[in-house]
Amino acid sequence: MQQYHLDYLEQLESESIHIFREVAAQFEKPALLFSGGKDSITLVHLAKKAFAPGKIPFRLMHIDTGHNFPEALAFRDWLVNEVNATLVVRKVEDTIRQRNLTEPKGKFASRNWLQTYTLLDAIDEFKFDCCIGGGRRDEEKARAKERIFSVRDEFGQWNPKLQRPEIWNIYNGRIHKGENVRVFPISNWTELDVWNYIRKEKIDLPSIYFAHERDVIEHEGQLLAVSEFIHLDDTDVVVKKKVRYRTVGDMTCTAAVESDAITLDEVINEITSTRISERGETRIDDKVTEAAMEDRKKNGYF
Amino acid sequence: MDLLRFITAGSVDDGKSTLIGRLLYDSKNILIDQLEALERSTKNRTDGSVDLALLTDGLRAEREQGITIDIAYRYFSTPKRKFIIADAPGHVQYTRNMITGASNANLIIILIDARQGVVEQTRRHSIIASLLKIRHIVVAINKMDLVEYSQDIFNNIAIEYSEVAKQLDLKDVTYVPISALNGDNIVERSENMNWYEGKPLLEFLEDIRIDDDINLTDARFQVQYVIRPQTEELHDYRGYAGKVISGIYKKGDKVKILPQNIDTTISKLEVGGTERDDVFAPQAVVIQLSDDIDISRGDSIVKMENPPQITNELEVLLCWMGDKPLQPGNRYLLQHNSRLVRAVVRNIEYKLDVNTLQQRPVDESVKLNEVVKATIKTAASLAYDSYEKLNENGSAVLIDETSNSTVAAVMFQ
Repeated sequence: MQQYHLDYLEQLESESIHIFREVAAQFEKPALLFSGGKDSITLVHLAKKAFAPGKIPFRLMHIDTGHNFPEALAFRDWLVNEVNATLVVRKVEDTIRQRNLTEPKGKFASRNWLQTYTLLDAIDEFKFDCCIGGGRRDEEKARAKERIFSVRDEFGQWNPKLQRPEIWNIYNGRIHKGENVRVFPISNWTELDVWNYIRKEKIDLPSIYFAHERDVIEHEGQLLAVSEFIHLDDTDVVVKKKVRYRTVGDMTCTAAVESDAITLDEVINEITSTRISERGETRIDDKVTEAAMEDRKKNGYF
Repeated sequence: MDLLRFITAGSVDDGKSTLIGRLLYDSKNILIDQLEALERSTKNRTDGSVDLALLTDGLRAEREQGITIDIAYRYFSTPKRKFIIADAPGHVQYTRNMITGASNANLIIILIDARQGVVEQTRRHSIIASLLKIRHIVVAINKMDLVEYSQDIFNNIAIEYSEVAKQLDLKDVTYVPISALNGDNIVERSENMNWYEGKPLLEFLEDIRIDDDINLTDARFQVQYVIRPQTEELHDYRGYAGKVISGIYKKGDKVKILPQNIDTTISKLEVGGTERDDVFAPQAVVIQLSDDIDISRGDSIVKMENPPQITNELEVLLCWMGDKPLQPGNRYLLQHNSRLVRAVVRNIEYKLDVNTLQQRPVDESVKLNEVVKATIKTAASLAYDSYEKLNENGSAVLIDETSNSTVAAVMFQ
């Protein structure tokens, strides 16, 4: 019976496709939150497979902080064209202006927090009833406890005490007007699963995931790319290093790792032998408090 | 490499968090920064050891209240398998969470404190495992270090538990003596218990055969979504997207559409846009049929020679999960995979005591975490199997239409 057997990546893929189809069937107006990172690129690939030979039956939405890696933006536009999807972009900068918000200050002034405002405004503007995100439960504690279908109130808030039981593979996406659901189709994937799937399916990625030369500064043991978005001071030493990115977020809060890995095999080998978690190595925003993600989730963040 | 999903049942006192921490730690799935965070939180401890239980520490909201709110999922892998752990809180009020975690599990680890033996909680967890038909049971007898690694104590607990297993008709039960705290028989065979001839826990989890857990005999498929591209080149394309719940489908198979009861033939099968000659559970597929039939979400496509049962009156076991009690006669929505129908709960026959398995009369309303035998009448027919025969086609949830909450887990009899 060996021929009728799925390996773990095929099982994960099948589960994710099942979730995508539940979203398309249960919601009137879903959107896929697209950041340009590998997790959301994987989501787009899964969505393509879920609805083939038809088009992906919902829009992609990018909440643009304005602090992107140019390579990630170029890749985003290429991919949207490649899969013939519709992309909407909403900019944090516009939200700051329209809502008269205070632009964050400091050396690595991050607009990460402010994305929540733009996201909630966009959900309201387009009347999205469901936002599909690339969150994985292995990322950190708050995500480990979140459902695949996660109901948010009209303020986008997550209430861990009011989660619906999610039993067997039955997903209840019913909501009241004004609420929305965040759906995480790759909840059960780990970082390594995503990389192995990318290799298996030969999914294209932005070039910054592979080793390249870049001007960086060292800050508390992490390497930050020199860009117009961070403020250098006299003590900073700019050095050219061969680096790659393990996650792709804002240039202000995503750290690079030194690497010679130029192929997917080499990247996977490095990640397999690394003894530091993805968020710990590359996200400077999660270090602020241990409960940072829990707080952000409760306030409507992805 | 394949995938094993398991649930751990037991309370903090049984060393459940320590066991999970130990599995993650000893299988080298804990990374340096997580370990540093752990050491930071453990600084206050006087003996300087690392508290593995903190690895599974939950949300701040939980720490503040000193309780575990909800089920947490953990992931680790070895070169042989990927593992998904559903870590469920053990207290009596959390039957709801345990069912959530157990519903997709291949295996359950029931923890017993070697000093305590089989207690009420052990029975409750075992009863839920038997209700949900979890196929493989591991009884991990923990804290062996506190009973001088005594073979007699281990044997006595195993004999005591085998009575429970017999009563509940649990077939595949394995006993492992461990000390999660010291790592005995977790990854490495323990030097302290040379009398134990079985495998250490992790090796057992890596090796246990789970291929047979998937039913490849009874072909079941439910339409989730209809793909109609309506483009120029795919003008007449109509594909039925869904998951193969069980069994195998082949191109050319004679099939029946239920509940309409219309016969037709499979003309094409696709997986992720690629044509296949056959598809099988649990693949997510697209089926095309040779006839133009009105089929929508929730309809079943099954093989002619082996159909499921069809009814609008179901005998069920129902676990109530709503905060407000069940009102017999109230209308709910019943969701059977992707099929949504109106339903009324009637004739609540008895309440099942999840600590003793005793059937009790229903004197008042049915409250959170209570399990009852009842009849459900649905507004439209369901194509179903008994839960016993086919979990995934024999289960449903009830939804309260006014709150949209999922209020019951339902197992068809």
